[in-house]
Amino acid sequence: MNVVVCVKHVPDTEAQVRLRADGRGVDESGLNFVLNYYDEHGVEEALRIKERLGGTVTLVTAGPARAVEGLRAGLAMGADAAVHIQDQVVAGLDHIGTARVLAAAIKPLPCDLVLCGKLATDDNAGIVGPALAEFLGLPQATAVTKLELGDGRRATAHREVEGAVETLEVRLPAVITVERGINEPRYPSLPGIMRAKRTAITVRRLADLGMSTPPTAHVELLQLAPPPKRQAGRRLEGEAAAVVGELIRALREEAKVL
Amino acid sequence: MDFTLSEEHRLVQSTVREWATTRLLPRAAEMDRAGAYPREFIRELGEMGLTGVFTPEEYGGGGMDMVSYCIVIEEIARAEAALAAVLSVNNSLDCYPILAFGTEAQKRKYLPDLARGRTLGCYCLTEPAAGSDAASLRTAARRDGDGYVLNGTKVFVTNGVEADVLVVYARTGGEGPRGISAFIAERGDPGLRVGKIEHKLGIHASSTCEIVLQDCRLPRDRLLGEEGKGFTVAMATLDGGRIGIAAQALGIARAAMEDAIAYAKDRRQFGRPIAEFQATQWKIADMATRIHAGRLLMYRAAWIRDQGRRHSLEASIAKLFASETAMWAATQAVQIFGGYGYIQDYPVERHFRDAKITEIYEGTSEIQRLVIARHVLAAAERTLESPVEDCRPARTAHD
Repeated sequence: MNVVVCVKHVPDTEAQVRLRADGRGVDESGLNFVLNYYDEHGVEEALRIKERLGGTVTLVTAGPARAVEGLRAGLAMGADAAVHIQDQVVAGLDHIGTARVLAAAIKPLPCDLVLCGKLATDDNAGIVGPALAEFLGLPQATAVTKLELGDGRRATAHREVEGAVETLEVRLPAVITVERGINEPRYPSLPGIMRAKRTAITVRRLADLGMSTPPTAHVELLQLAPPPKRQAGRRLEGEAAAVVGELIRALREEAKVL
Repeated sequence: MDFTLSEEHRLVQSTVREWATTRLLPRAAEMDRAGAYPREFIRELGEMGLTGVFTPEEYGGGGMDMVSYCIVIEEIARAEAALAAVLSVNNSLDCYPILAFGTEAQKRKYLPDLARGRTLGCYCLTEPAAGSDAASLRTAARRDGDGYVLNGTKVFVTNGVEADVLVVYARTGGEGPRGISAFIAERGDPGLRVGKIEHKLGIHASSTCEIVLQDCRLPRDRLLGEEGKGFTVAMATLDGGRIGIAAQALGIARAAMEDAIAYAKDRRQFGRPIAEFQATQWKIADMATRIHAGRLLMYRAAWIRDQGRRHSLEASIAKLFASETAMWAATQAVQIFGGYGYIQDYPVERHFRDAKITEIYEGTSEIQRLVIARHVLAAAERTLESPVEDCRPARTAHD
């Protein structure tokens, strides 16, 4: 089974993110980038499918030059090939545009299954996977925690919904976005890193994908702002009975957690 | 001159750092108390290729260079220093001599399992009466038919308790370095047993013990390298090993500094974090400066080795400076923590205990200075610009 995994190179979730002066992006200087955590689960799932059923694992990303490091990390885990859509217009794409570009790159590839992370940890949008399924004209299942590939023509996908597990059957090829519970990603191995170094990464510009103009943006990013600073804690003092009442009121009306 | 790590070096670094932070660091205090490490760690490290970093891929290893090895050992030691010792011995002191001096059959037999963490190696050189003066070792290897019979006691053997493959030095000829040969012994060889297990100041999680050889018969194909060339094997092995100890020492120094920084930002006295006091800042600044300097020395020694050039001097300089940096940085970290640095609830007392060994094993600081002085004095007359680059005197007994 040939599996394509869409990946994104994102700031390390533990890194201190600073905004750019124009407020329309993050300052990338000194920022550590990693393979999106959910995409690592996608790569792992693809590798397990390959180990069980044979076939290939191909990574696809749309991103700046540095995104090649994310591809190398996925190759080091064991993927066979990688496509890097690298074009100066990529940075300006919205999620729908990114999905269109990825769809154009995936179409010519031998592909029985497309895996994506449920979302990317930088903007938490969760749009690209579902939109990609639409542009490829494929069925989809999102936030999947367990994927069973029966005869290779259909797959059973498990999703955790409020208090229950929803089981879906999809016709293959399909687009599946994965939740973190689906597996435990392996660490890249040193032989894997050496192999990744030797693997040629296919670079595609928009023109190579048959797109003469970039997809129209539907969303314009106006401004990013840092989250408000965390307030200091408040200590309630006095008799237990009175304090409990005040605590419940504060939790209900101020923190709105009750 | 370019000081940036390559893309694959950075990937090695982030991978090992991730493993060490999520798997190893949370267990470090417990490992130190228990005096043991989880055996599955060796399997996990083996799957990642970290038990055979520079062993070529054809022998099951990672096929990477010495710079990668430094990165691996530093990142492991930053989380927990004893496991770095276990790895360092397996890579530098076991895989390396078999790779460099072994026959093709020996390489095929031992390396794939050692490099993948399915077996563990150790290095038996030191004896009760032969430490820094390793050439005076007395363990005897007597020719007997088509093999050798070994008698003697080796001490301070890291990994000795768990080791499956033992590189052992014994005397096949007369006195001095030329009478020494190297052998490969295996766990279960008749006459080979683990003796006294030592209780150490630090690196508790790794084992250190005596290896007792009592009429231990080894077939002829266990000779490693030529008969009488064992001391060359030992010293060439230690050159690489010393770079690994520099990496371990820098990992410990970094742990001390990073823990001290976190504490200094958090700990408030006189109404503000102690990180705002110059007394603290200067300690941290000096720690950072020495760590940066030590890392440059280490990478340079590793890079020279990767070029296939002689590097005894550079390895000794890196090991000396890094190990003294580790001890010094750990001492400063304990001081920054004050009373909390002296108790086991915080990690810096462990760094302090772990750091000390780096000034002792694989050549004490005194032996490193002896090696450095011999090289530099021998080269002084023809030194022009770079005393380090230019001195390539003949090998001495101690390099």
